[in-house]
Amino acid sequence: MSSKTSALRLQVESALARRGGLAARVASPFQYRDRPVVETAPTGVPPIDLLTGGLPRGSLTEIYGPPCSGRTSLLVSALAMRTAAAEVCALVDARDAFDPHSAETAGVRLQQLLWVRCRNVDQALRATDLLIQGGGFGMIALDLGDTPARVVRYVPLQVWFRFRRAVEHTPTIFLVVEQESNAKTCASLVLSLHAQETRWAQTGGAESGGEIVLSHSPGCLLDGWESRAETIRSHPAEIRSQCSPAELSAAFWLSSKCSSEGGFKQR
Amino acid sequence: MAFASIFVPNFSLQAVVRAEPALGERALALIEGNPPLCSVIAVNEKAARMGIEVGMTKTDAEQFVGAETRPRSPAQETTAHAALLDIGWSVSPRIEDTALDAIVLDLSGLASLFGAEKEIGAHLVERSAACGLAVNVAIAANIETALIAARGFAGITVIPPGEEAPSLSRLSVGALSPSIETTETLSRWGVTTCGDFAKLPILDLSERLGQEGVRLHALARGASVRSLTIAEPAHFFEEEMELDDAVEELEPLSFLLGRLLDQLCVRLTARSLGAAAIRVRFELRPSFENAVDIREAFPAQRRPGLYEKEIQLPVPARDSKMLLKLLRLRLQLNPPGAPIQKIALAAEAARPRATQGGLFLPSFPDPEKLELTIARIAHVVGEGNVGAPSLADTYRPGEFQMRRFLTPREASQADGGGHGAHQPSKPRTHSKVSTSFRVFRPAVPAKLDLHAGCPTRVAFQGLRGEVIAASGPWRTSGDWWREDPWQQDEWDLEIHFQEAPEPRDRFSFASSRSNSGIYRFYYDSLRRGWFVRGVYD
Repeated sequence: MSSKTSALRLQVESALARRGGLAARVASPFQYRDRPVVETAPTGVPPIDLLTGGLPRGSLTEIYGPPCSGRTSLLVSALAMRTAAAEVCALVDARDAFDPHSAETAGVRLQQLLWVRCRNVDQALRATDLLIQGGGFGMIALDLGDTPARVVRYVPLQVWFRFRRAVEHTPTIFLVVEQESNAKTCASLVLSLHAQETRWAQTGGAESGGEIVLSHSPGCLLDGWESRAETIRSHPAEIRSQCSPAELSAAFWLSSKCSSEGGFKQR
Repeated sequence: MAFASIFVPNFSLQAVVRAEPALGERALALIEGNPPLCSVIAVNEKAARMGIEVGMTKTDAEQFVGAETRPRSPAQETTAHAALLDIGWSVSPRIEDTALDAIVLDLSGLASLFGAEKEIGAHLVERSAACGLAVNVAIAANIETALIAARGFAGITVIPPGEEAPSLSRLSVGALSPSIETTETLSRWGVTTCGDFAKLPILDLSERLGQEGVRLHALARGASVRSLTIAEPAHFFEEEMELDDAVEELEPLSFLLGRLLDQLCVRLTARSLGAAAIRVRFELRPSFENAVDIREAFPAQRRPGLYEKEIQLPVPARDSKMLLKLLRLRLQLNPPGAPIQKIALAAEAARPRATQGGLFLPSFPDPEKLELTIARIAHVVGEGNVGAPSLADTYRPGEFQMRRFLTPREASQADGGGHGAHQPSKPRTHSKVSTSFRVFRPAVPAKLDLHAGCPTRVAFQGLRGEVIAASGPWRTSGDWWREDPWQQDEWDLEIHFQEAPEPRDRFSFASSRSNSGIYRFYYDSLRRGWFVRGVYD
């Protein structure tokens, strides 16, 4: 840096310091600071991990989409990865919709999962606040997937902002699952999911002349379906701006591991 | 070899003041007896200066302005004595439970830990003050001299070996605890001090006073030697408080509980122990003290008399503030329902666990903080709605239990230090992800149209749709030997929804849905109806 530039920088900084108030809070405004490296954790869905780099720690991540879009499967996969890494996780379930059977089949270690069964959004937000303040969790998931979107819209933005500030500088992944995005700029990563193709074993049904033809045969089983995830927001923003639309979305296959013979329990 | 004796002067009064520290600043008289024959049995210094005397009636004592009277409390004396023993065990493993207000410690080998005898005495006084007791400490080469000196001299007294007789000579003969007859005899002789008594010829004394005279003569000279009767360490920690006015509100109750917890935790700390569980017991005041006994007419009704609650802690703790917060949260969830007349707190003692996390293992929530967080969440969502899910050993669909949540470290310690169960495992690398399910609790009633035994149209929660693909029926049943058997025919249905009217329930899940979805339906053969169990998501 030339002497002229240094002198100018010193002059500006001292003027700001003399001014006091808000300006004095900006200490050394021209000092170079390294961008903090955001640590991420895998979701367990390789296409999603390639797309996003993983779930960022110390940040708010939103996954939204309509029912049957794969949101819960992605949430459970992330829980399975965290509990497999011997981390303690918490799930705040706003409508008591969590299924321990399918979660265990997906690999979640249930004894490492603190499940909070709520009856409404207010209870869910209060429980989430307490968990984030308590600290020590590898992942805290807030499941608002079954709460109507118009109810979640009433949650003030400062609630999301407070959550984001509370998890900042902690190793906790804060994941919110809902029907539409509400956290706006408070979320570091926003994924939109929607279902695409569903596959049934031993089926061949298709639309015929605009009518839907029922496909059913004895022994017909649900094979799975394909979901597509699109990155709506991610950090760093400049990388996103350099990507083509195709590079901002990824498809992944959700497989129904077990038969439809009445439950996920292995027999 | 040296022995220390701890003596609590005015023990009954100090036991009461220990429960209400504010009384120590005021003139206090202790009352005992059945009304109307209550009389003063002990007074503190301030009350004595005001003119209140032992033996005065309660009515006379209450005439003094500014003086407080309290009934004698055997329960408080028991807990004060237990605190005294804990103070002794916190310093020496060999103590004798001599009397309610006195104990003796063997100080052998403690010099390297606590220093000289004077420092040991100061240490004992300090720990006693922390437990709410003002004590006298005397250290001597034999037990009886230490006991007599502690009763006779205030503060800390150290009697070097060989100096017993000169040190005790100043004390009154009453310090030797003679019988009434011997006291009268000595009074007639004009023998008032231990020094005068020690100068009497022992042979003549034995002729006049018998064996008691010989024994007292040895005590007065400081020559009585005996061995220590070692008391077994107690693992019983309980604090009690009887209330003059029954307490109903949580705030004043919290204040009293906090005081008792402070005393409990000080005792636990003195013994290097923690509380693995806290048990609280309230004696409740009956609702109608003068009401007619209606139990005969309504045998199902019971008058509340006792309230008990137990809090299990994940790790032994002795932080009184944290324990108070846990107690408050539990009491808010389940209040006693009647005014409280007596409080008893007991702690199950255990060694605090020293744990060290692995270098490469992730950090866990602090156990004490986590317990408090879970208690606060339980206060919000209800006690049975927070915990770790555990699958039940049954084929009944959706059956599970909620267990107490433990961090992996606590769980492995509870299992006896088993390794491997809570270590990180190799992460999954396959590309297929397992589908998950969202459950509707309770199951949603549905109406289905069937064609050739296969659902073709469905309607539930204001939604209508056509079935595109169906998998089923898959019959499950069980528990036929129980009162609640189940028999269900399950279907996985892919449904294409039509444009539906606004859902009836404004909290319905279906307010924002896609055009199609995969749901699990079942026909309950026993209830004869169709239900939606949940949705694949």
